[in-house]
Amino acid sequence: MTFPFSAIVGQDEMKLAMVLTAIDPAIGGVLVFGDRGTGKSTAVRALAGLLPPITQVEGCPVNSADVKDCPDWAEIGSKRTVKRPTPVVDLPLGVSEDRVTGALDIERALTRGEKAFQPGLLARANRGYLYIDEVNLLEDHIVDLLLDVAQSGENVVEREGLSIRHPARFVLVGSGNPEEGELRPQLLDRFGLSVEVASPTDIGQRVEVIRRRDAYESDRAAFLKTWGAEDAALRKRILAARKAVKALETPEQTLHDCAELCVALGSDGLRGELTLLKAARALAAFEGDTEVARRHVRKIAPMALRHRLRRDPLDEAGSSSRVNRALSELFGAFQTAAE
Amino acid sequence: MTGPLAPWPRALLALRLLAVDPVGLGGLWLRARPSPARDALLAGLGALHLPVRRIHPGIGAGELHGGLDLTAALAEGRMVRREGLLYRPAALLLAMAERCPPSLAVQLGQALDARSAALVALEGGGGEDEALPPALADRLALFLDLSEVPLSAVTEPVAEDFTAARARLPKVRVPAPAIADLAHTAAALGIASLRAPLHALAAARALAALGGHDEVTQDDLQRAVELVYPHRATVLPAPEEPDQAETEPESQQDPAPQGQTEQAEIPQDVLLEAALTALPRDLLARLAAGHAARSASGAPGSGAGRRGNRRGRPLPSRPGRLDGRSRIDLVATLTSAAPWQAMRRAQVPGKPGLHIRPGDIRVKRYQETSDRLLIFAVDASGSAAMARLAEAKGAVEILLGEAYARRDHVALIAFRGETAELLLPPTRSLVQTKRRLAALPGGGGTPLAAALKAALDVAQQARGKGMTPSIALLTDGRANIALDGTANRAQAAEDATRMARALRRLGTPSLVIDTARRPQDSLKDLARILDAPCIALPRADARALSATLGAALDG
Repeated sequence: MTFPFSAIVGQDEMKLAMVLTAIDPAIGGVLVFGDRGTGKSTAVRALAGLLPPITQVEGCPVNSADVKDCPDWAEIGSKRTVKRPTPVVDLPLGVSEDRVTGALDIERALTRGEKAFQPGLLARANRGYLYIDEVNLLEDHIVDLLLDVAQSGENVVEREGLSIRHPARFVLVGSGNPEEGELRPQLLDRFGLSVEVASPTDIGQRVEVIRRRDAYESDRAAFLKTWGAEDAALRKRILAARKAVKALETPEQTLHDCAELCVALGSDGLRGELTLLKAARALAAFEGDTEVARRHVRKIAPMALRHRLRRDPLDEAGSSSRVNRALSELFGAFQTAAE
Repeated sequence: MTGPLAPWPRALLALRLLAVDPVGLGGLWLRARPSPARDALLAGLGALHLPVRRIHPGIGAGELHGGLDLTAALAEGRMVRREGLLYRPAALLLAMAERCPPSLAVQLGQALDARSAALVALEGGGGEDEALPPALADRLALFLDLSEVPLSAVTEPVAEDFTAARARLPKVRVPAPAIADLAHTAAALGIASLRAPLHALAAARALAALGGHDEVTQDDLQRAVELVYPHRATVLPAPEEPDQAETEPESQQDPAPQGQTEQAEIPQDVLLEAALTALPRDLLARLAAGHAARSASGAPGSGAGRRGNRRGRPLPSRPGRLDGRSRIDLVATLTSAAPWQAMRRAQVPGKPGLHIRPGDIRVKRYQETSDRLLIFAVDASGSAAMARLAEAKGAVEILLGEAYARRDHVALIAFRGETAELLLPPTRSLVQTKRRLAALPGGGGTPLAAALKAALDVAQQARGKGMTPSIALLTDGRANIALDGTANRAQAAEDATRMARALRRLGTPSLVIDTARRPQDSLKDLARILDAPCIALPRADARALSATLGAALDG
């Protein structure tokens, strides 16, 4: 069993970002950048336990919800659907292209002389999450491939006499340490939200982290029991928010706010606005509001926009403070009562 | 408690701790050249109740994660799976850990996080520039450097029965203030990662279990801190420690009950003391060099050699194994199997299809090379033009010739007046570069900062495309135009310094060529900020230039 999500001390921004993508997968994933030993991987793995289960056709390699969506090469016999946890697939760094996209099943080809397709990680991640640890060290050709698939939502394999296509829609979750390498802007743009984590500086918080981790290591069952209830409550809240987000009203003013903010920051493309809006809607739903307001946009703007800014080598303050500066210039320094 | 441990007893203690709780501690980072001490220690790993498996940095995904056992599958004509190393509890012994590629580091890190394995990372202690990937170093509790162990001190580890200690381990209690003490001590030493105090706690537990106590004692904590913290320290604690301790309880309102904090003060100091006694001697030097080195060298994964922007030049395929990273060359495999078909069919009658043996398998190979990009930033300002723009152009042509011979890409930035201009985006056309250079007019101010910024932009873009950029800056160093285009000498110098810092953070190798009549001090300072060699043009004949350039590029 993984470490419970609710038991992670602090790191509120990271936790919020993950909850928001769980509410609306269309936000498009989270990038977590920060120091070592700050609970990045722990949080991602804990997220898996928090996600509501999906329904899929039994044995379908791409987790299709409906029999008619199953690819014909998979030769699915059964029509039964089963409930299973949302897939969270790890993409290891040294992975070969074949394992990502799928390839000719060499085992079957060589041992039985049959031509068959062996689905790859993209197939397994369909309708779920694809997690890349140390995403900034990923090799370039794998990045290209991911970008292509993320854009089209479909994985096409044309090689070694195979011609296969299958849906591959997944939420990208990446984590990494910025000291070790940068991420290409195209890939950065693919992540809906980005958060920066740092080791807590508050001693009290640090002590609490160690205490909880230690309790988890020494008596796992008891620890999971203590925190299981909180995780269940959070899962319920996410499910409720998933329903609520559809009925949410978006006033004209909020759309205007989003656009204005993106123009002021000079973020490239329109994906910034869209993500900002979607994330603000998810936040409003999560907080139980019926309308998206400026305060939601304000809260979400740094994580939705900070990785979309043109880099300015002279601005040592970093992109987070640039977003905050733009926010206070546009909407005033403090939250007003009207918000 | 008695004083700090000498290196060899310390090593033996670490080994015993590892024998008690290998998985909880994550493992051991061992820096040692081949020596009797190293052999004795590695032999001592037999005391672990986990099977010791040797792995090497080139290990394939197939061996780590399991998969088809091709040899057996082909021989028996059915599917034979092989179990991956990472899925069995084991003590992995990673030889040549300093060569561990980031991808392997991540996978091993995940295995350590999943508590399925312990790792002994054996570092040869060869080069200064190679070290265990930080992602792994952070996950291993213990660190030993055997270079200081005198030969006479080495004794064989005593055979010992650890069953009692292992059985006691889960029952060891930790007194409440201990956790806070460990966190405080880590903070005082500037250890940011929260894994360190957790490791120290695990070590203290193991020490208590070894000592036969049911509760972690102060001595255990001290020893644990001595073993786990020193090599992670990033700052030396401030000397006026008592003052800080006095003000702290006031400023932080209530992270812990007041009384407890004060009680804990004294043990904390003792813990800190314990860590300090074991601090590596070169810590200060390492700290001073550390920041620059870390940002400059970057990750091995983003280094020049591996990150080709193309998939590489195909090489002849070779016999090999399918380890998950290589791709099979089907035609070559079939070709090599073809001549034997008749014979093999006779040997195994009744087996339909092709008879392919593991030895027939050929895998594709690519030579991945990263293209280098040489970015020239040439000062064409009035002062430089007066002095010797023509000579500077000549120097650039020499460098161009060099670049051409090595099939490097070249980009040309000229700066004069108020801005810098990218005259030539990265290209391989020597003719074009020479033509643009010859047509370069002179005159105007020296917007050095703008030039550096333009170079930075080009370098960053080139990196994104998988090239390895280097920068050659030719100037007389009298920056007088600021980034915003105003003629403000002080602001200009300031901007240039900041840009130079930004460039250095990027870790791009650079070279400064001083074209002034007399060498400029300001330019030397700039070169120092850039961490670049600075050579003056008067002495720069063709040979000297190309030698310096070569050194700057390869460094």
